[in-house]
Amino acid sequence: MSGILVVAEVFDGELQPISHELLGAARKLSDGGAGPVSAFVAGEAYAQDLIHHGADTVYVSNAQGLEIGLADPYLAPVNAAIEQSGADIVLLGQTNIGRDLGPMLAFHHKTAVSMETVDLQLQDGRLRATRSCYGGNARAELTWKEKLQVATVKGKSFDALEPDTSRSGEVKNVDAAGETKIEVLSTEKAEASGVRLEDAPVVVSGGRGLGDPSAFTTLEELAGLLNGATGASRAACDLGWYPPSQQVGLTGKVVSPNLYLAVAISGASQHMAGMAGSKNIVSINKDPDSNMVKVSKYAIIDDYKKVIPALIEEIKKVK
Amino acid sequence: MNIIVCVKQIPDPETPAASFKVDEQAKKVIPAQGVAPVVNPYDPQATEAALQLRDAAGGGKVTVVSLGPDSARDAIKHALAMGCDEGVLINDDAFEGQDNFQTANALAKAIDKIGEYDLILMGRAAADWDMGVVPIGVAQALGIPAVTVAKSIEKDGDSVKVERVLDDGFQTVKAPLPAVVSVSNEFGEPRYPQLRQIMMAAKKTVEVWSASDLGLSPDEVGEGNRVLPLEALYIPKIESNVEIIEGESPEEKAATLVARLREAKLI
Ligand SMILES: Cc1cc2nc3c(=O)[nH]c(=O)nc-3n(C[C@H](O)[C@H](O)[C@H](O)COP(=O)(O)OP(=O)(O)OC[C@H]3O[C@@H](n4cnc5c(N)ncnc54)[C@H](O)[C@@H]3O)c2cc1C
Ligand SMILES: Nc1ncnc2c1ncn2[C@@H]1O[C@H](COP(=O)(O)O)[C@@H](O)[C@H]1O
Repeated sequence: MSGILVVAEVFDGELQPISHELLGAARKLSDGGAGPVSAFVAGEAYAQDLIHHGADTVYVSNAQGLEIGLADPYLAPVNAAIEQSGADIVLLGQTNIGRDLGPMLAFHHKTAVSMETVDLQLQDGRLRATRSCYGGNARAELTWKEKLQVATVKGKSFDALEPDTSRSGEVKNVDAAGETKIEVLSTEKAEASGVRLEDAPVVVSGGRGLGDPSAFTTLEELAGLLNGATGASRAACDLGWYPPSQQVGLTGKVVSPNLYLAVAISGASQHMAGMAGSKNIVSINKDPDSNMVKVSKYAIIDDYKKVIPALIEEIKKVK
Repeated sequence: MNIIVCVKQIPDPETPAASFKVDEQAKKVIPAQGVAPVVNPYDPQATEAALQLRDAAGGGKVTVVSLGPDSARDAIKHALAMGCDEGVLINDDAFEGQDNFQTANALAKAIDKIGEYDLILMGRAAADWDMGVVPIGVAQALGIPAVTVAKSIEKDGDSVKVERVLDDGFQTVKAPLPAVVSVSNEFGEPRYPQLRQIMMAAKKTVEVWSASDLGLSPDEVGEGNRVLPLEALYIPKIESNVEIIEGESPEEKAATLVARLREAKLI
């Protein structure tokens, strides 16, 4: 037996977009001969949606504790789904859960996991994963020694399929209950004003070169005019200028807006890891040789303090 | 409180892209000229957490462990100079080229050999391979819980209370000891050792353990036995097609940029 198992994730009562992207990736592998596509999900309510997006079989778990935001409780039910489906490829999202569950599954089965995978190919029936490493400076291609191949997938690396409501599939239950020794005491949601960073068509991000936390207010104004969201480099977040939930990059959010405006950001590989997929990049930077300028479509080489207010005025004029 | 902290020596992750080179044949990174390897940036933060917890508990021992080449001794020395009590270097040519899964296995064996511990601290990921899997692997091998991406850690009786950074906020959890906790950059700046402490650290003991000291056989270590074989390593190509917006003043440049963006229907 073989096949692919996608671990779908529900958050706030909704299937996460990554779950559909994983099914898109799985379908491609399946077309290449990797076997049928199964999905694991917590809750029957999501089964049809997953089938419409490409799953042949959905394994539903009603186990307790899958909603608390920890990976441990998923281990036993997902293992049961692996066993029942006979899958030899397991795909997860690089999310709060997947980031821990991927390695847990891998170590449990004495195999390996490719983290934050950006591409998956099939070669002689076996998986070959591409992922970025060394902060985004290099790319590695990896295979697995053991039969079970586990990968977490970076958001926006694969396209979801258009839902096809005529697709049908099987829904099965998995009974195994998970457990954890960890107790969740409280969860605090970061308050993001306006558009969600990951979904915004326009992102305006600021970096250390702003030199001043209050500059983010001006960037927010600009983002607001463009119906966009405001992001930041890690250097700016580490300085306490902007909340870590708005950080773009390797250890922050992955965004791929239509327009990414980088203000006083140098373009370190770790920052690029979060925004290189943007359709159009524009930078405002004093340094014409910075990496960010190099990858941009348009760049203004000047002091942002003068450029940003002028941009705001200009956009107000044409609106 | 007895704590074990794991630190890894890596090429400086802030090496500018222009001096970052790869030997595609050997599938290895070529160390940049004149750029010394550093301690993985999250690991001094894990070390800082260990020292604060030891001191808050009013005693105990912090042991620093690193698996790496001879030069990894420097990563251990740095942690000792910060204030750790003892060091263990896991060093054997046989480990050359192995992956994070083999390393997690070796670290778990070393931790077992050290024996007494209440808490194991690590970084959230090593900034060479950017995987973030070793903390989970070590926890599973030892049969204890793992709490990842910590912003703050506090001892609370026989447990630790950890504030975790999530994609969209924070979460506070409580885990029974012993446990593994991985520390993120949100923890804050680690202390920087002073010259006197660096000199004192030279007197602290660093044990060196080989693969066989840990009961590891030759067929489970090294490049040839990777669980995740490396097939290729290369630098992705970036093309530059940038148009630098010219103009006499910032206002003029801003106006031209807005015109360009409107032409391209981007705003
Ligand atoms: C393991 C690891 C993970 C990391 N993860 C991330 C991550 O997820 N996200 C991230 O962003 N970084 C990350 N980093 C950090 C990254 O390596 C860089 O240090 C960081 O991105 C630099 O931020 P910056 O561009 O804002 O600052 P700098 O590199 O200091 O750049 C400032 C820029 O501002 C320009 N500037 C200065 N003054 C002005 C002015 N008045 N007007 C216009 N331009 C001006 C300068 O020319 C320069 O280009 C990570 C690092 C490591 C080691
Ligand atoms: N060779 C090593 N020696 C000691 N600790 C390590 C080693 N590799 C990884 N670690 C620890 O595990 C953490 C995560 O690494 P990784 O899972 O490899 O990304 C690091 O921050 C270290 O604390």
